[in-house]
Amino acid sequence: MNASNRQMQILMPWLVTVAMFLVWEVACRLFNVPQFILPAPSKIIGAMSEYPVPIMQNALQTLFTTVIGFVLAIAAGLLLGLAVGASTLVYNGLYPLLIAFNSIPKVALVPVFVIWFGIGTVPAILTAFIISFFPILVNVATGLATIEPEMRDVLRSLGASKLEVLTKAGIPRSLPYLFASLKIAITLAFVGSVISETVAANDGIGHLMLTASSRFDVPLVFAGLVVVAAMGVALYAICAAFERRMTRWAFRGSELISGG
Amino acid sequence: MGEAAQPFVDLRGVSLVYGQGDEQILAVESLDIQIAKGEFVAVVGPSGCGKSTLMKLVTGLLPPSAGAVFVGGDRVSKPIRGVGMAFQNSILMPWRTTLDNVMLPLEIVEPYKRELRRERAKYIARAEQLLASVGLGGFGARFPWQLSGGMQQRANLCRSIIHEPGLLMLDEPFGALDAFTREELWAIMQQLWLDKRFTAVLVTHDLREAVYLADTVYVMSKRPGRVILRKQVDLPRPRTLEMTFEPGFVEIVHELREMIVEVRLS
Ligand SMILES: Nc1ncnc2c1ncn2[C@@H]1O[C@H](COP(=O)(O)OP(=O)(O)O)[C@@H](O)[C@H]1O
Ligand SMILES: [Mg+2]
Repeated sequence: MNASNRQMQILMPWLVTVAMFLVWEVACRLFNVPQFILPAPSKIIGAMSEYPVPIMQNALQTLFTTVIGFVLAIAAGLLLGLAVGASTLVYNGLYPLLIAFNSIPKVALVPVFVIWFGIGTVPAILTAFIISFFPILVNVATGLATIEPEMRDVLRSLGASKLEVLTKAGIPRSLPYLFASLKIAITLAFVGSVISETVAANDGIGHLMLTASSRFDVPLVFAGLVVVAAMGVALYAICAAFERRMTRWAFRGSELISGG
Repeated sequence: MGEAAQPFVDLRGVSLVYGQGDEQILAVESLDIQIAKGEFVAVVGPSGCGKSTLMKLVTGLLPPSAGAVFVGGDRVSKPIRGVGMAFQNSILMPWRTTLDNVMLPLEIVEPYKRELRRERAKYIARAEQLLASVGLGGFGARFPWQLSGGMQQRANLCRSIIHEPGLLMLDEPFGALDAFTREELWAIMQQLWLDKRFTAVLVTHDLREAVYLADTVYVMSKRPGRVILRKQVDLPRPRTLEMTFEPGFVEIVHELREMIVEVRLS
């Protein structure tokens, strides 16, 4: 890959995003789309500069609940995933239950959380947790299950304990799966916290959007959407960067070999 | 040679059945094999005859359905510890460098595991020396996926013997390599064995390979695998590639070959 090609790769996402907003802006002006149906990007930016402090505060609240829920999901998903992947007994015992649990629409759980914990931060964290936990668990368990039988045989005939098989082969093998799932999980966590804030909270971007829409302040609603999307992309990028760092070997064959 | 003494590996009437009920498969049947300490044994036979099964039985990874396996005088009832193993696909860990892959057994097998923290520098030197002896000097820092298939297989051999196992199990380790690389590795394998004199069991479908490396060659029948021929190879060591074209060598290969052809037709 030559240098200008590489620059292109980095620039492309920004160009596409800018182009999309331009097309949106032009379309809104050209067809005279009413602001309460689809506000033009310029109007959205206007809304943002009109209420910078509330947007900032609510965005931080959403970020907070999302990240806490996400971190809890990593911890629980990792632990249960290792247990499910390492032991067929746990697998057989737990899997049907987990599947059943995952088929419940998570939005339906928000009222339950509200009954238990009242409205506010806790239901948002829990919803973010619940919705992002399952993909992590499944991926970690899958990673463990893909240890080559020969690798297991080599380790066992060296005299490795179950724990050693897990730490020497199982966990490293499942790391790429874990990191792949984190990228999915973080975006899901945002979905969870925003949904919960929309239904039951006094702050957060979800709440901001709900109040804005009840005042027909559609540009502010869209400002909320844009902020959530931006935070989602940022955290996704952090997860992806982390993934590349931690599991270099899983990307073998790409540009890494020249990197040494 | 030391046949009269107690064998190091002793299979007595060993059979193994896979599966249950209607789907039972008798993989190997009444195997009687005695291997002396320090002997190099090769097992040949048609594919699916139970050669890999035999390896798992000897190392205790599978309990026999009938009969008993003894290693070093003890009856095998669970995976025995400290065995070296190498398979056809080298299954090095892609997240470890070649050197760290070779060091793996030292992290698991005693007494190395205990000493590892203190003796790390010494062990690294030892791993590097071993890598150099198979022509991989200076490649320790590479990742396995940066090596060719032949180089990976050499690293795999290093990993299987770094902890100086009493017993080395090789399941078609050269099977996936081109002819030249394979013959190169025969010489390397023989040299390692001459240096260390571990007891080795090599599964292969290459008769020249078996005769080149082994003191004793066992020929197995189609499934259910039984031993149908035990052939002593009394050629002098170290054996050379030239020898593989000499009449004495060729004669043995032909004898084994005829036996296998007979088996496959029966
Ligand atoms: N885990 C297993 N379950 C059922 N059958 C098996 C299993 N492993 C091997 N077999 C069967 O046992 C026979 C011997 O297998 P194997 O020892 O791998 O043969 P080889 O290594 O000589 O090719 C084959 O017919 C194979 O299909
Ligand atoms: Mg096999």
